[in-house]
Amino acid sequence: MSVNYAYYPGCSLECAGRPYDESLRAVFRSLGVPIVELDDWNCCGATMYMSVDETVSLAVGARNLALAEHQGFRELIAPCSGCYTVLLKTNRFLRESPALKAKVDLVLGKAGLRYDLTVNVRHPLDVLVNDVGLDAVALAAKRALNGLQVAPYYGCQIVRPERGFDDREFPTTMDRLFERLGASCVYFPHKTRCCGTMLMTTFPDVALKLVGEILESAIANGAHCVITTCPMCQVNLEAYQKRLARKFGIAHDIPVLYFTQLLGVAFGCSEKELGLKRNLVPLNAPLAELVSSPAR
Amino acid sequence: MIQEQRLPGSLPESERELRRRFLQDVLLVPGSEKVSRCLQCGACTGSCPVSYAMDISPRTVVALFRAGQIEEILRSRTIWICASCYMCTTRCPQGIQITDLLYALKRTAMDAGLFPYRFPVYLLSKSFVRIVNRYGRNHEGLLLAGYYLPQNPFALLRLLPLGWKMFLRGRVGLFPRKIKGVKAIRMMLAAAHTLEMPSRSHDVEYEKNMVGYRAVG
Repeated sequence: MSVNYAYYPGCSLECAGRPYDESLRAVFRSLGVPIVELDDWNCCGATMYMSVDETVSLAVGARNLALAEHQGFRELIAPCSGCYTVLLKTNRFLRESPALKAKVDLVLGKAGLRYDLTVNVRHPLDVLVNDVGLDAVALAAKRALNGLQVAPYYGCQIVRPERGFDDREFPTTMDRLFERLGASCVYFPHKTRCCGTMLMTTFPDVALKLVGEILESAIANGAHCVITTCPMCQVNLEAYQKRLARKFGIAHDIPVLYFTQLLGVAFGCSEKELGLKRNLVPLNAPLAELVSSPAR
Repeated sequence: MIQEQRLPGSLPESERELRRRFLQDVLLVPGSEKVSRCLQCGACTGSCPVSYAMDISPRTVVALFRAGQIEEILRSRTIWICASCYMCTTRCPQGIQITDLLYALKRTAMDAGLFPYRFPVYLLSKSFVRIVNRYGRNHEGLLLAGYYLPQNPFALLRLLPLGWKMFLRGRVGLFPRKIKGVKAIRMMLAAAHTLEMPSRSHDVEYEKNMVGYRAVG
């Protein structure tokens, strides 16, 4: 049985999240699971629109769902946690509230679109573990991640608001995935603690404290790297490590990878395919050793 | 100055107007009627990673809401500090969707213009909406420019080292690209705005006996 997956990269994956985009495509290529980029997708509206205008925000998100339906897809992969939540929420609101659905239908009609609620919004982690399956992933692996200590950071948005595919406070999907590939996932109580998101721009002091706590927890528990599922978390955790050191006097020096980048390493993809050079914090010894080890 | 004559327990005009708008917003959210079940246990405040930076805790927000003091919530820092991590909603034993309630409060405060001049969250939101309306997608560089230039251009300079590092690694898009359907999106947005309007200007009868949690319970 083959499923048609539409791929909705989201705005972040075009700029700061480029390594996520590249490594995600490489991972699905290695697995032989075709994903097709949704044609002419638009911004999901993010939480910014949610905090301004409800019908507007739902309509902006619903256009993508309508496009996916129109282009013949049943499953829409949204790797950015923000997009994933917003699109999932849009879907739920439209399914639960006929009043909102009627309004959005009217608005979509202006663009010559309609949406019949047939599209499922999925996160790539969910697709990889629950559709493709751990066995198929393990079979495609060309490198064992033995000896690597990983802190899997899920963030808030993929597990919590919409009761996605895992526990809301202590998810284990990524842990299971990487344990299967030979890595060991460290005890990491901050795995779903908020990274502060846009507070880094609006109230930086608040966000810096949150980021500091997360990194400290990962380092204290012996992680070699943090892996993330979200472009926002990745930038927040990675880009402010020097500023944290200046502010709190503690060095938080730890590479922060997208989970697809580490997965790609296990699949034997090249450094370039995975965009590893684009990360701000250079790979440390255990990671560099792994990347340069011969693939099977 | 002549003071407004009011019966004991009745609300000033401004408060009534705010409440009417707010209830219309909040009642649209599926599951919003649960606010009336709040036990005041404080699980929301205890779970919130940023409650220490708030002036009114999430628990107090619900209490104030039920007491009918919506304006006080709208004038607080709280609604703007919320990072929407949904921990409160997850742990609430009564299933109240506190994060969505705060979103509704944010929307109301923005509509009513109840925030300080050059308020960061508002500027960021405005910058974002402007870019998406023009191009159909967000562009990180323009977003930050639109955010910092009106308030503090020097802060933009401080971002340059990070921006340069990101640029060297190919993680900065220089020019925003328009999507093909951008005209259709603008038409949709215009239609959506007109749909929002009428719902905000009727129902005077309806709010008369609706105070605090009785209104949503």
